[in-house]
Amino acid sequence: MNNETLQTIIQSRTKRKRRYIMTLALLFVIVLALCSAMLMLGNTIYPVKDVIAVLLGEEVKGASFAVGTLRFPRMLAGLLAGFAFGIGGYVFQTMLRNPLANPNVIGITAGSSASAVFCIVVLNVSNTMISIASVVGGLLTVLIIYGFSRATSFSIGRLILIGIGIQAMLNAFISYLMLIAKTNDLPTALRWLNGSLNGAKIETVMPLLILIVICTPILIYFSNHLEMLELGEQAATSLGVSTNKVRIILLVTAVLVIALATATTGPIAFISFLAGPIARRIVGVGFSALIPSGLIGVILVLAADLIGQFAFEVNYPVGVITGIIGAPYLIYLLIKMNRKGEI
Amino acid sequence: MKQLNVEQRKQSFLPKNLGKLTIILLILLIVSIIASIAFGSRSIGWSTILDGLFHPELMDHESSVVRQRVVRTIFSFMCGGALGVSGALMQSVTRNPIADPSILGVNTGASLFVVSGIAFLNISSANEYVWLAIAGAILTAIFVFTIGSLGGSGATPLKLVLAGAATSAILTSLVTAIMIPRQNVMDQFRFWQVGSVGAGTWDSIQLLLPFLIVGIVIALITAPALNAMALGDEVAIGLGVKTGTIRLISAFAGVLLCGAATAFAGPIAFIGLLATHVIRLMIGPDLRFVIPLSAISGGIILTISDVVGRLIARPGEVEVGILTAFIGAPILIYITMKAKMRSL
Repeated sequence: MNNETLQTIIQSRTKRKRRYIMTLALLFVIVLALCSAMLMLGNTIYPVKDVIAVLLGEEVKGASFAVGTLRFPRMLAGLLAGFAFGIGGYVFQTMLRNPLANPNVIGITAGSSASAVFCIVVLNVSNTMISIASVVGGLLTVLIIYGFSRATSFSIGRLILIGIGIQAMLNAFISYLMLIAKTNDLPTALRWLNGSLNGAKIETVMPLLILIVICTPILIYFSNHLEMLELGEQAATSLGVSTNKVRIILLVTAVLVIALATATTGPIAFISFLAGPIARRIVGVGFSALIPSGLIGVILVLAADLIGQFAFEVNYPVGVITGIIGAPYLIYLLIKMNRKGEI
Repeated sequence: MKQLNVEQRKQSFLPKNLGKLTIILLILLIVSIIASIAFGSRSIGWSTILDGLFHPELMDHESSVVRQRVVRTIFSFMCGGALGVSGALMQSVTRNPIADPSILGVNTGASLFVVSGIAFLNISSANEYVWLAIAGAILTAIFVFTIGSLGGSGATPLKLVLAGAATSAILTSLVTAIMIPRQNVMDQFRFWQVGSVGAGTWDSIQLLLPFLIVGIVIALITAPALNAMALGDEVAIGLGVKTGTIRLISAFAGVLLCGAATAFAGPIAFIGLLATHVIRLMIGPDLRFVIPLSAISGGIILTISDVVGRLIARPGEVEVGILTAFIGAPILIYITMKAKMRSL
């Protein structure tokens, strides 16, 4: 290899790296802008000065309640849930090497939702218990789906079909719980059907914050293994990744994050499905799309929530908006994959 | 020697277990009718039940409960039958063992149209929205089949199911978007959406009947042609079957049946899957027998599920749509686990 080619390679690599950093920075700016929009907009529009004052803990008449008690938890819930769905979905899609294999399609979110609704409607337990139950529900669902699809010979197709079957049962269970629910439990429980940031409280958001702070470094640490897993099982093994161990760690971490996010905001449709592919496309090959996926997730959730709150006469929960936006993309992807014969 | 030939020929025309299966089904049919009239969230003595049945002049509360149960039983048999036949037709048209109106998203299409009717056209009675439900079912079916059959290998189960799931997801979001600002629509729709046969009346039976007859007659007429098509389109064409026309007509009948049943009872999942698979396991794939027997077994499964739903949650009841999902999903999983990888 002569010096000139080497030079070009190094140059283009630095160029790509610079572009990657620029992209990340841009995504951060968009997230920041959306967060401030979430804090400033509402029935009364507060200027940046007031918002900052409230966030610093000062008393501002009117703004303290609206921004501090209503909008800030809402923003935080959207931020964290979007991030969680984004990175969790990315891990799933990369690990199973199939964009369709995401928590929504294979029913993990339905598992979390079902156990959360059960806790609210039947058991009447505390918020902490609801969070724990929904995480356990999500993990159990994964185990069941994975176990069944391993029973004969594993294939992604089988996994997805079994997931859809399990999901049908869980959804029927949720419908039943909704019918027997007391009227005053309904609004809380309804959140688990659509995904909504309404009524987010700072104390329900805290567990998710803690979990994300713990899990994100783990996922980042293993994300280069993830890139290798993407090359295929054998390639990864020959590159020195102990595939099974990494796979289990990644799976459990991703499910934990997604399940707790589901417990906090409900299953916001399609975020875990959309964020990964978008981030991949923006970032390009050669860099981890983990953090970008999280940021895209945040952008999608916050933007959809702003649309849901202000674009129409009625307030729509964020999950309805993301469902209407996300499902056409799923269909587009299906058409593309069918044409290529990839399914 | 001659006798043996006759024996053999007979066997080749009639499936092996046909007699046995018919007897079992008839017994189950009678049992489920009796159970559906006798049991409910309110326990009523046998003599009162007989009085209610045979003395239409009695006007007390319990006889009217009994008479309502009779209506409910007939209604649930009709819905179950329609869904069973619909499942058999869709499975053979798509050559796909897990085709069921609910899995293909056809139910959600009917839901969206019904909700739009309630919300925008102020429609409130079933005989008005039955047409909407059928229109929604047909449009969704066309959409899902088109997407699912793109690409080389035709409509594989996985492709169809994914297309159905994606379509359902959009339609469900739209349904929610229509409902949220309209409290009254939500109340009306919340109970329809679960799928229940409890709201059946003589009127709905009369309205459903023509659809059921048309659908089943078409199904029976096309059955021999569909049998030929099961051997492959080339063989069928060689035997003089117009494959395109037959596929279109029988798909239409399948959608008509499930659309009509959905309009009156709400989306009830998995009956099409359950009814036909039991029958196929017993007598094999000959549609001339699978279709009528699926109608009966669909009715039995739906009615028994309904009875169970009434009994396990006394004094209330579990809607039948919920129960069929719990019975049907394991069957779906079982079929998936047994299926060869390539056929997915």
